[in-house]
Amino acid sequence: MEQLVQKPLVAQSSNLKEPSPRASRRENHGLRDFHWRQRFREGAIHVFLAVNGYLAIVLIGLIFLFLFKEGFHALQTIKPMQWIGNKTLDFDGREVFSFVWQPLSNTPKYSLLPLLSGSFLVALPATFFSTLIGIGCGVYLAELASQRTREILKPIVELLAGIPTVVIGFLALSVLATLVQNFFHTHFRLNAFVGALGVSLVIIPVIASMTEDALRAVPNELREASYGLGATRWETLSKVILPAGVSGISASILLGMGRALGETMIVLMATGNAALFTGNIFSSVRTMTATIASELGSSAQGSEIYYALFFVGSVLFTITFFINLISEVVVERMRRRLRL
Amino acid sequence: MKSFLRLLAPLSMAACLLATAACSDSSKAPEAKNVSPAAPAPAPASNNITVKGSDTMVVLGQRWAETYMKEHPDVTIQVTGGGSGTGIAALLNGTTNLANSSRPIKAEEMQKAKEQGKDIQEFKVAFDGLAVVVNHNSPLQNLTLQQLMGIYTGHFNNWKEVGGPDQKILRYCREANSGTYVFFKEHVLVDRDYAPDCQTMPGTGAVAEAVSKDPNGIGYGGVSYFENRPELKVLAIKKDDASEAISPVGADGKPNASQIRSLQYPISRNLFVYTLGASSPEIKAYVDWMLSDLGQKVVTEVGYVTLKDQGSATANAVK
Amino acid sequence: MKRGRAIVGFFFEGLCRGCALLVCGLVVVILGFIFSKGAKTISWEFLSTAPSQGMTHGGIFPAIFGTLAITLLMIVMALPLGVAAAVYLNEYANRGRAARVIRAAINNLAGVPSIVFGLFGVGFFILFVGRNLDKVLHTGLLFGQPALLWASATLAILVLPVIIVSTEEALKAVPLSHREAAYGLGATRWQMIRRVVLPQSLPGILTGAILSISRGAGETAPILFTGAAYFLPRLPVTKIFGMIPMINPFDQFMELAYHIFIMATQSTNPELTRPLQYGTAMVLLSITFGLNLSAILLRIRFRRRLRRA
Repeated sequence: MEQLVQKPLVAQSSNLKEPSPRASRRENHGLRDFHWRQRFREGAIHVFLAVNGYLAIVLIGLIFLFLFKEGFHALQTIKPMQWIGNKTLDFDGREVFSFVWQPLSNTPKYSLLPLLSGSFLVALPATFFSTLIGIGCGVYLAELASQRTREILKPIVELLAGIPTVVIGFLALSVLATLVQNFFHTHFRLNAFVGALGVSLVIIPVIASMTEDALRAVPNELREASYGLGATRWETLSKVILPAGVSGISASILLGMGRALGETMIVLMATGNAALFTGNIFSSVRTMTATIASELGSSAQGSEIYYALFFVGSVLFTITFFINLISEVVVERMRRRLRL
Repeated sequence: MKSFLRLLAPLSMAACLLATAACSDSSKAPEAKNVSPAAPAPAPASNNITVKGSDTMVVLGQRWAETYMKEHPDVTIQVTGGGSGTGIAALLNGTTNLANSSRPIKAEEMQKAKEQGKDIQEFKVAFDGLAVVVNHNSPLQNLTLQQLMGIYTGHFNNWKEVGGPDQKILRYCREANSGTYVFFKEHVLVDRDYAPDCQTMPGTGAVAEAVSKDPNGIGYGGVSYFENRPELKVLAIKKDDASEAISPVGADGKPNASQIRSLQYPISRNLFVYTLGASSPEIKAYVDWMLSDLGQKVVTEVGYVTLKDQGSATANAVK
Repeated sequence: MKRGRAIVGFFFEGLCRGCALLVCGLVVVILGFIFSKGAKTISWEFLSTAPSQGMTHGGIFPAIFGTLAITLLMIVMALPLGVAAAVYLNEYANRGRAARVIRAAINNLAGVPSIVFGLFGVGFFILFVGRNLDKVLHTGLLFGQPALLWASATLAILVLPVIIVSTEEALKAVPLSHREAAYGLGATRWQMIRRVVLPQSLPGILTGAILSISRGAGETAPILFTGAAYFLPRLPVTKIFGMIPMINPFDQFMELAYHIFIMATQSTNPELTRPLQYGTAMVLLSITFGLNLSAILLRIRFRRRLRRA
């Protein structure tokens, strides 16, 4: 009986999986008592909503498709080795192997290494700073603050997330860079460190609020059991609650790193954009995002550099996609474990 | 539910409006803002002029547009930067009416236009001197072209190698597709590559900003960007060791017009505007106006060098 | 022993409190800095006129208008899609495997770098959709170029996850008993959703919409290549049927965030125009903060009401 009623719905949306019968009690509510017109309407609405529901998957697919479609052109003219490095003549005419991104040279050079190292040289320190501060902030909000304090502090942390990145970039460029140079006496005024400080402002709220959510999801029984055994508040927190929420917290760190790798305006304005293959945090670096932002606008459609930039975009997208995916899996695992 | 509908109603209305616009707007409906009710219906499309190209010229293009629109309220001009290469590419794609360029059109771009059966017209609209700047604390006064090349290709890494203090050199340059980058590479670096540690700035303004704050910095850009900046020092440039050092800036702080115009200053260049041969009379009128005394007056105001000696031109006008 | 444990606890708890205070302090410092510097620039003239004299003088009205126009178009596109997707997820798919995959996709979409959206906007909307529309409709080069329409479509995808997640949260908060009551009265599933679930979750949906507008207004990277103009003193407005003024989706536009970027890096003299930059930053911050704050307040009220119910 049930099957009969559900069938027309499924038939109209052939690409849809039939909802599993025990998925929800609401599914059991049949349509057999209704007029066929109403049943048709229900079906049509179901299909319409389902199409919208699958939109996110479609969009991710489209992004993949169109990024790689354009990026693929670059692979046809640029050899795999060229993405790593190039033999070049130095000033005195000697041949050296160099890792340089210089698409507009007489012999265009498309080494991705300086861009990758630049991206990570900003993202890793930024993640590090924001992990320290973000977790501290999240722990305070979730476990230590009183109800009233939390109601005031939480919106403030959310406001930090609402500051447009271009404003942070502007401040990093005009104020922070000078402060950092005066303090550390660096060779480069605009460097990866300034960029990392700016970017960490963006990801601190991400890590803080995800940490808070993870800790608040830890069941109260654990806290009570720990207190019952005579543990202090901090012991309960560090030995019971933090370990219970650790997967949520690590997911938040991963997600924060994904955001840091993808941040554009701050690094474009504050890192100086010298495409150096280096590990020095006080060196000027050029990230993948800044390269795309500064060079795509000024390259002609269909030129080699245009496709090369789409290729850089594909690389960036792939990296962040997998980071996000891992963090998603980690969160999913935490949810399942806590439900047990 | 009612309140929900109330929320959706304006949204859906806006969506409907959009849809109608998408249908009715396919000919780019005429501009609303500057048309007085009594005026006859203006011709569509052609009153809209789009200008795209060189970032060096974007300020000049913007000032031209602003002044021209004041004189001709029925015309609207929109100006976008992006780099000389973008402008010319857009002209070929048909997405812009005028292309500003701080370098002459390349042979391959000309070739592409020929293949598409398009006739590109070139107008020289102004001169510009590329100034090389250091921080005002630097004791340096001048450099030869050879030294400049050495600095920007990474051969010299310390200021003492070119007669400065014992400090590392910090190189600032423009991003890869700006006309300034290309011009500097061709004329100063003699087509060698920039040193990889050149910091590429998104605009000449950012170069000026960076050098003004970096005691060891060096940068370059259109001379107008460095006018009246006490924190910056514009260097005089020598063609070679033997020749006289010429500064792109005169004693009065204004560009050294005659030296730049005569190309005696070693890194002077023309600024160009490109149009398609078959462009509308409105566009022709605009380009003509740029070359007229009124248009050239703007060139001086923005800090570039006019095509002709403007002093004598105005003197003639007075007579 | 006990004392030692207490001291350790006190120390680390203090550290956490310090972190929280640091974050709040940063917000206050940034806000205070921008507002104290920007307030001197703000005047009616600054808000209501176009930039002039090579963008060293004048105001930012076209940029404000452009920001409003682009976010309006964005929300018109994103809200129906996002709400529909959330309804499907929560009311139809719920916990099946499909829903899990969709949710993973949404979370992943939320983590796509904004510059990648910019690339996608160029590759998909302008070059693929736009150019092909032009070919099919014989409109010359109308759709296949950077425009308000494509910029807001790009932003719409960017904010879609924000809308879906907050709508779903609101839908989840509607108690099961209300749904069952509706079914008991003989409603179909859609009738139940339309008359019971949606009206109750309206404040939550609204919160999502406001948050996404604020997010969209602050983004720069996706619109770099999809429609932002350096200088465009007229408004992207057209008249349909020669009389009703409306936003022209085929125009380019100035935008506040982009305006700050170019003023800080490309203006003739960034030092001289600093007051204008701070003024623009203050206007942008006021918009995004105002929106965020109202979303937060709305959510607090909404949650309280739910708790009472």
